[in-house]
Amino acid sequence: MSSQIEEEIAERTASLVPEWTGKVLDAGPGDIECERGYITHWVESTENANPLYWDQNVATEVTQGWIAPPSMLSVWMRPLMFNPNARETVRPLEMHFRLKDAFELPEGIVTGNEIVFHEPVRPGDLISTKQTVTEIGNVRTNRLGTGRPWTIDVTYTNQRGQVVAVESYRMFCYVRSAS
Amino acid sequence: MKLLFEKVQVGDALPTLEVDVTARIVVMGASSSRDWQPQHHDYAWATGRAGTKDIFLNTPNQAGWIERYLTDWTGPHGRLGRMKFRMRRPVYPGEKLAFNGTVRSTEVDESGTGWVDVDIELTVGDETATEASARLAIPRDEKDNPWRRSGDDWRP
Repeated sequence: MSSQIEEEIAERTASLVPEWTGKVLDAGPGDIECERGYITHWVESTENANPLYWDQNVATEVTQGWIAPPSMLSVWMRPLMFNPNARETVRPLEMHFRLKDAFELPEGIVTGNEIVFHEPVRPGDLISTKQTVTEIGNVRTNRLGTGRPWTIDVTYTNQRGQVVAVESYRMFCYVRSAS
Repeated sequence: MKLLFEKVQVGDALPTLEVDVTARIVVMGASSSRDWQPQHHDYAWATGRAGTKDIFLNTPNQAGWIERYLTDWTGPHGRLGRMKFRMRRPVYPGEKLAFNGTVRSTEVDESGTGWVDVDIELTVGDETATEASARLAIPRDEKDNPWRRSGDDWRP
């Protein structure tokens, strides 16, 4: 049985579902290029001793030079928190935030993530992204609150036009339950 | 260390990894992934606004830990082709996070790449925090190197 809040959100956002499903945002290149300092911080934070990221001889032999850990992917699309040259205010995973604003669902969590990796990202690479809304689900309630799940696919390409990865984010955005 | 495809069997268990999660690990994970959403560094915001018990590990950093767990096993020649995960509950400072993995399947594709599919579970006590699966290419012999594959020879 639907609660009153579920019915209210379903009614209020029904017309937005077809309007937003399939929308594409070309976010362009990231604010930063891949470089070793970020890579070192990443492997420091995950206590990752893989010699690909610490030993230049291994990196040269195995990957023909330094690469970034594949799982670092989303690092290259996040905007700087301060950038005097920023063209406009772009939030990380901008499409997700535009959806939250449009649906008036102020809270959001990532519930699932799938990444398919292609060309490695290397120091000096500048990564561009396109974000696509692939699915917006029905209204549901869980322990956090009431809202809708949605899925956003992000395609990452390097400055040579090669696809480096495609990432799919599953989100749940909601209004908190009254406690 | 180089794990070879012929040494891997369906049902093989990866060595368990245990991580004592601290506030530093959570915040450093947010910093290294350049993720400044407040629930990953601001206790007052996490508990007061997001309604969680504390700050918690962010998604990209969990991906990083999972990759590290997998390449601890394969060595540097192991190359991630695909990774999927679903968070079941947040992971908070003060918790011990355990990583366990099992080989679900192995396959050699038409390009000759040796693929290993692994199911991974991240647990806190007896609770599942995150379920994951990954597809890794590992060398089929001493001369093979999955990192040299691209284009039609790389089909993750």
